[in-house]
Amino acid sequence: MIADFFEFDFLRYTFLTGILIGIIAPLLGTFIVVRRLSLIADALSHVTLAGIAFGLMLEKKFAVTMITPLYSGMAFSVIGSIFIEKLRSVYKAYQELAIPIILSGGVGLSVIFISIADGFNTELFNYLFGSVSAVSLNDLYTILGISIFIILVVGLFYKELFTLSFDEEHATISGIHAKRIHLLFIILTALVIAASIRIVGVLLVSALMTLPVAASMRLAKGFKQMLFLSIVFGELAVIIGLISGYYLSIPPGGTIVMVSIIILLVSISLKRFTFTAKKVREAE
Amino acid sequence: MTEPVVSMKNITYAYEQKKVLSHINFEIPRGAFMGLIGPNGGGKTTLIKLILGLLKPDEGTIQLLDQPMDKFNNWNKIGFVSQKANSFNKGFPATVFEVVSMGLTAKVGYLKFFKKKHKEKILQAIDQVGMLDYAYENIGNLSGGQQQRIFIARSLVSDPELLILDEPTVGVDYENVKRFYELLHRLNDQRNITLLLVTHDTGIMTEHATDIVCLNKTLHFHGKPEEYSSLSEKDLSGFYGHPVNIVTHNH
Repeated sequence: MIADFFEFDFLRYTFLTGILIGIIAPLLGTFIVVRRLSLIADALSHVTLAGIAFGLMLEKKFAVTMITPLYSGMAFSVIGSIFIEKLRSVYKAYQELAIPIILSGGVGLSVIFISIADGFNTELFNYLFGSVSAVSLNDLYTILGISIFIILVVGLFYKELFTLSFDEEHATISGIHAKRIHLLFIILTALVIAASIRIVGVLLVSALMTLPVAASMRLAKGFKQMLFLSIVFGELAVIIGLISGYYLSIPPGGTIVMVSIIILLVSISLKRFTFTAKKVREAE
Repeated sequence: MTEPVVSMKNITYAYEQKKVLSHINFEIPRGAFMGLIGPNGGGKTTLIKLILGLLKPDEGTIQLLDQPMDKFNNWNKIGFVSQKANSFNKGFPATVFEVVSMGLTAKVGYLKFFKKKHKEKILQAIDQVGMLDYAYENIGNLSGGQQQRIFIARSLVSDPELLILDEPTVGVDYENVKRFYELLHRLNDQRNITLLLVTHDTGIMTEHATDIVCLNKTLHFHGKPEEYSSLSEKDLSGFYGHPVNIVTHNH
């Protein structure tokens, strides 16, 4: 069943890209979830859409092919992330306001670029829900580069990211440069989102960052274990989702998210089961 | 007497128009176990924030460990356990070991990893607060008093010279409050850590503290616990009601 994925180049590229984002999306997602910033991923994915639409528009209207939609998406996402940080410091007491501002701004820009580029087409549809056939070799290399960069930076700044996520005040007092680390973190998030959109699509990218984490949170002991389990769940969802999406001719965004939700439900019932079992044992 | 750990000269601080601290002069001698008391809104937390560099005074100067505030960068010598430690996100999936390791993050420094000696140090700190059996439990599964011990361990792990605690025992039951003070006493006595403790438990504090300071916008009392206990009710109501400007300084 999996044979096609080794036979056809485009499927192989998709599969390898899937493996990569199955690592980096839950990796960053773990920090996002514990910092209660889950919705930031949504805001950034919509800004990325604006970037993608911008790239498509350049391609169509001005025959510019140098800037692929992946690159323009990434650029918009990173700029959007910096804006979010700025807005969060402007509205200190209402930090979540940054999210609807950036999200609607992203959608507004997308609509403009899309209509200049003469409206909807299949390519755009692929960006919204993901696709098994959209990854080029060039994309794969770019995403590989991003993934290595992200894993490296998270590895190097792991203890700072972790300390800040747990208790920002204490981290600041102990002398960690909270603002700079935070900016670094949100830029990494923007890159992960741009890289993931090829496979899971704009509308569902935040799910791949949060659902595996939600599942592992129920089961893990400690933060490192949660990180590890999130990546395992993320990989499971991506691999099963990609293969089933391909054979059922459904955009993989949909299948990946549904697999993630099944994993989440299993983890919730598993916890409930062990919890009741423990209670029964204690009662005896 | 050796140089004080903290020295504040003529400190004034106001939020917008509201003055909360007015011309505070005050020192924490090295090795002291200082209890800071006063009514709510009397400026206790503001004072602590000034010492921690989270706020800048409108007037006056602060010296920390013999360095002026704006030059001070030895922050891992100052430990802080906040009141908020009681209301942190209980669901945060971190083990006791992981939480205590955060106390070393800044000390170890950027682009460096924890080594074996750091791990031993973390376990030592957990042992010191008597929580070694729980080192690999999720922090959320512990009781409030136990969690507060873990936050002490997080501060201890970087070998602080001064430990500041802002109402650390809020929401902790009496038996554990007692054990908590015994722990502080040991740290003060055996490790010679200077302590500044903001609290409402004046009873138990006078048993352990070496110095007591009463703050309500201005400094109302600074002396030994015996002197504090011998204050009349009239004096005490003065601290909490209309300000009286008697400052006893016994150094």
